[in-house]
Amino acid sequence: MSSTLTPAPADTTEAQAPHRVASGLLDPKLLVAALPDAVKKLDPRVMYKNPVMFVVEVGSVVTTVSAVANPSVFAWAITVWLWLTTIFANLAEAVAEGRGKAQAETLRRAKTEAMARRLTDWPASQAEEEVPGTALRLGDHVVVEAGQTIPGDGDVVEGVASVDESAITGESAPVIRESGGDRSAVTGGTKVLSDRIVVKIASEPGKSFIDRMIALVEGAARQKTPNEIALNILLASLTIVFLIAVVTLQPMATYAGAPQPVVVLVALIVALIPTTIGALLSAIGIAGMDRLVQRNVLAMSGRAVEAAGDVNTLLLDKTGTITLGNRQAAEFRPAAGVTVEELADAAQLSSLADETPEGRSIVVLAKTGYGLRARAQGELEHATWVPFTAQTRMSGVDLDEGGVVQSVRKGAAGSVTNWVTEQGGTVGSDVAELVDGISAAGGTPLLVASRTGNGTPRALGVIHLKDVVKEGMKERFDELRRMGIRTVMITGDNPLTAKAIADEAGVDDFLAEATPEDKMALIKKEQEGGKLVAMTGDGTNDAPALAQADVGVAMNTGTMAAKEAGNMVDLDSNPTKLIEIVEIGKQLLITRGALTTFSIANDVAKYFAIIPAMFAGVYPGLRHLNVMGLHSPTSAITSAIVFNALVIIGLIPLALRGVKYRPSDAGSLLRRNLGIYGLGGLVVPFVGIKAIDLIVQFIPGLS
Amino acid sequence: MSSTLAGWLQALALVGALALCYRPLGDHIAGLLTTAKHLKAERGIYRLVGVDGDADQRWPVYLRSVLAFSAVSILFLYGLIRLQTFLLLNLGVPQMPGHQAWNTAISFVTNTNWQSYSGESAMGHLVQMAGLAVQNFVSAAVGIAVVAALIRGFTRNRTDRVGNFWVDLTRICLRLLLPLAIVFALVLVANGVVQNFHGFHEVATLAGDPQSIPGGPVASQEVIKELGTNGGGFYNANSAHPFENPTGFTNVLEIFLLLVIPFALPRAFGRMVGDNRQGYAIVAVMGLFWVASAALVTFAEAQHSGTALNAAGAAMEGKEQRFGIAASSLFAASTTLTSTGAVNSFHDSFTPFGGGLTIFNMMLGEIAPGGTGSGLYGMLILAVVAVFVAGLMVGRTPEYLGKKLGGREMKFASLYILTTPSIVLIGAGVATALPGERAGMLNSGPHGFSEVLYAFTSAANNNGSAFAGITVNTDWYDTALGLAMVFGRFLPMVFVLALAGSLARQQPVPATPGTLPTHKPLFVGLLSGVVLIVVGLTYFPALALGPIAEGLH
Repeated sequence: MSSTLTPAPADTTEAQAPHRVASGLLDPKLLVAALPDAVKKLDPRVMYKNPVMFVVEVGSVVTTVSAVANPSVFAWAITVWLWLTTIFANLAEAVAEGRGKAQAETLRRAKTEAMARRLTDWPASQAEEEVPGTALRLGDHVVVEAGQTIPGDGDVVEGVASVDESAITGESAPVIRESGGDRSAVTGGTKVLSDRIVVKIASEPGKSFIDRMIALVEGAARQKTPNEIALNILLASLTIVFLIAVVTLQPMATYAGAPQPVVVLVALIVALIPTTIGALLSAIGIAGMDRLVQRNVLAMSGRAVEAAGDVNTLLLDKTGTITLGNRQAAEFRPAAGVTVEELADAAQLSSLADETPEGRSIVVLAKTGYGLRARAQGELEHATWVPFTAQTRMSGVDLDEGGVVQSVRKGAAGSVTNWVTEQGGTVGSDVAELVDGISAAGGTPLLVASRTGNGTPRALGVIHLKDVVKEGMKERFDELRRMGIRTVMITGDNPLTAKAIADEAGVDDFLAEATPEDKMALIKKEQEGGKLVAMTGDGTNDAPALAQADVGVAMNTGTMAAKEAGNMVDLDSNPTKLIEIVEIGKQLLITRGALTTFSIANDVAKYFAIIPAMFAGVYPGLRHLNVMGLHSPTSAITSAIVFNALVIIGLIPLALRGVKYRPSDAGSLLRRNLGIYGLGGLVVPFVGIKAIDLIVQFIPGLS
Repeated sequence: MSSTLAGWLQALALVGALALCYRPLGDHIAGLLTTAKHLKAERGIYRLVGVDGDADQRWPVYLRSVLAFSAVSILFLYGLIRLQTFLLLNLGVPQMPGHQAWNTAISFVTNTNWQSYSGESAMGHLVQMAGLAVQNFVSAAVGIAVVAALIRGFTRNRTDRVGNFWVDLTRICLRLLLPLAIVFALVLVANGVVQNFHGFHEVATLAGDPQSIPGGPVASQEVIKELGTNGGGFYNANSAHPFENPTGFTNVLEIFLLLVIPFALPRAFGRMVGDNRQGYAIVAVMGLFWVASAALVTFAEAQHSGTALNAAGAAMEGKEQRFGIAASSLFAASTTLTSTGAVNSFHDSFTPFGGGLTIFNMMLGEIAPGGTGSGLYGMLILAVVAVFVAGLMVGRTPEYLGKKLGGREMKFASLYILTTPSIVLIGAGVATALPGERAGMLNSGPHGFSEVLYAFTSAANNNGSAFAGITVNTDWYDTALGLAMVFGRFLPMVFVLALAGSLARQQPVPATPGTLPTHKPLFVGLLSGVVLIVVGLTYFPALALGPIAEGLH
């Protein structure tokens, strides 16, 4: 998929991601930079929100006290590594947050204190006053002229201007903002480059779009998502089970004649509770939001990202999402007795003055298909250009060639037929058949006719205009189908046209002649059946549907109302990105599940390291459980704890990047991830602990 | 015929019989739990009790009904035991101490049937019939009723109703347990199990010593003891007693009876959720554990190591010559995997690993196939946990049978898996910490610890079998184990019914190719893995100090 028309599909981005992210993350500078934050997070008032790591911190305090009371190399080694475990967990979160902070800094710079020119009595008068931007209230009107910064979010109510929105979108090309329609929203902090507009302020100070963006990327507004809460409950209950298992072990051990030192018991608890996922859980969530931000999508809540992974139905607007923005000429179909070159020449001639994309595509097709060079308008003398109007629905040219006027017309079949018949001509049945055939196939027929002098006009043939489906969309939809997601194309076209495009693009269903009410009804119907629906929209009339959809992605070019209603905003205003958003949502959930599985599977090896170390002294038979052949009880326990801490650091890149995700059905995804993270989780610690033991055994006091 | 071959043939016959019953029995259970029709007799009972048979209950009401019914049962049974010396048919047995009567009442109402007394010397016929046998029926029915409510949680949508406990209880007793019990009691009688009202007979043993053995209505109690996965024997020797289990055939029949309902329930589940494959997946996991456990116990017991074992040809201590290694091992595995707790051999005398496996079987949480009803709901809770973790790995927030597993659902599932291990470990931990209770152990070292661990595992999981060897008829053990049984039975039920309520309220999510399939071999493997890892990790340290320390040299 090399096309520049479709955004790079997720799998290729993913394939590149490891290199990009890994190099950045293994950069020790980033870890060092996050270190102070990580230490600050040791505050128990912060730590208690993460029950698993809070247990580790309490354990660290207990071992510290114990190590001070009965110092030994072993006790101190365990103590230090327990503290490191806690700090590594905080580090993961701090690094994840750090990436957002950099983004927030850029945004803050855009939010400089601008003075606003408030119109006191608009539209009755143009009287204005200077007030600070922060003094603006909902419903105020301000005037902004070229070179000035827009003081707050709002809608243009008068005028048209080009605006530099690079502060928010990172896109340097200016965009046009004008009153009325769906291009009226402006964002505070962006800069007007030309002209003058009047803006009606639509946000309270401190609650502007940019303020919310800053809060979002910084993670300040982050709340635990429903699934994160559910997972936390499971992790907390596992933690309690292991706490009880270890606490009750002490009387059993005492009975066996091998009471255990506190340090060993704490080490066992920390080794067993799911510290890996507990440490990385919030980093995974932050990184998931961050991955969206990197793709220029702002999710207003983590809940929306999670919902994206669950989406059953995607509502995709035809134009701009499935097809290229405009229809294009696909072929020339000449009438009987007319050569195709003749038709192509006439069609090109009639379109030279037609600046619409359709008109241009006709010129291009004539050139590429039939070698007809496009003549510049100035080249033809005595030419009268007939522009396209909504009334005539035709365009063309009248050429004065030595007194004989050669007229060529091109336009909607009905209009051109009228033009022909009005002047005494007839349109043959073969042409009518061509027109009907193209309509039936979902295309748009444009009739071309010409008239020489006062002769009878004749129909030369038909231009077939059709929607061009973006490259790679069919594959995308197949992929989505395998993932269990149904795609519905939304279009204003008639059902016939809609069906043809739907078939070509490979969507599962379509909604033709769709009104905003139809869209809303469709969403409600899908949700009625328990399905989650995602859609994109930009117009004010999309707002109710955007609010109703489980994932509503508003285009940044859209109106303020649309942006308020949706739960995500795409700064690039690229509706195709909806598919990527779904994939990121899934990737986030998979990462959580994979690391949970990995974390729990790890425990098996830790038992085989620690239990024989604790009890082989009284029950020598248990030494058979030391399958790793670890050097000594102290080196075994230390190795398990060191491994436990290092695995957190080792997995930070994975947590931030997300596990590799390739769209496929649930069964193969599960098989793959269980293989990697389930079996891997069983095997890796055996290797890791043994490797660490090979080093640790040489430390005096641990051998 | 060699005993190995006999063992194989018995196991094969058993599997064949269970497979034959799977569909018809499961369909029958599903039918009686879903039909709107009442039998005439049932209508009479509802009128008598004052229940509207057509009104469904919300989950808290269902739960209150379960708890109230069980509380009244405990009080009634306690009263009956304490008063039996003043009532008919008491055979002149002495008054049972309060703590023991309390323990016994709880034990039978919780479907545990832990017996800290010896049946023939402590219970008269009236208590056996009107007290214990009745509880054998209704406690089994309560378990099935609770799983029925849970299944309705999956099948019902946007409702707060999970069924009517009184209707479920009545139907399960009248349409399922009683007919089966009557038929198989006759089969048992025909094969030599006693059924009479005789008192004590003085008989002379082979050695010439006098022994007094009571007769009694044994067959009628024996059948429901197995069928309802209760396990409380009429005689102290339980199914090792020739009056309870006279022949090789009755032995296989009893194993069949204790397995047949738990193994058929997944079919009822599949039937009710409208996808029989879901039932096959669950029964496959149960079957996998049952086969593996039976094979491993048999292997451990048949191994010849140690001089005494070599001389005997196998670990025959504590086993009946009539049954041999294979039939004893099969019985031991089945009884500890079903929360039955009936025994035909003494687990205390098993080899360390064989005995350890019986403990591990119970630690699984009585889910393979588990007790009547309780086995299935235990397995479904573990399925919920498995789906939650694995569901994330397919990139969706997890859903099982169309129901989302969110915070609320995971709260109840987590509390469920937390409860029983906590009771077992805290109980065993405290018992080993108390000097007085340590003295109750018959053996020292790891085997002594295994006895305590076994007792609490058995009580908390409502199994009821004993490792023996440990003196449990003390104030402390009667009380502690009684508490373990009560909490081990009813706390999980609270969480199961709460989960049922929260599932029933949901709107179902349609299945798509992106949904985690829960009927495929991959899921069977996954669920088995989750069961092993969750249980293994929880109990490994305790097991290491008991059977593993004893078994590894």
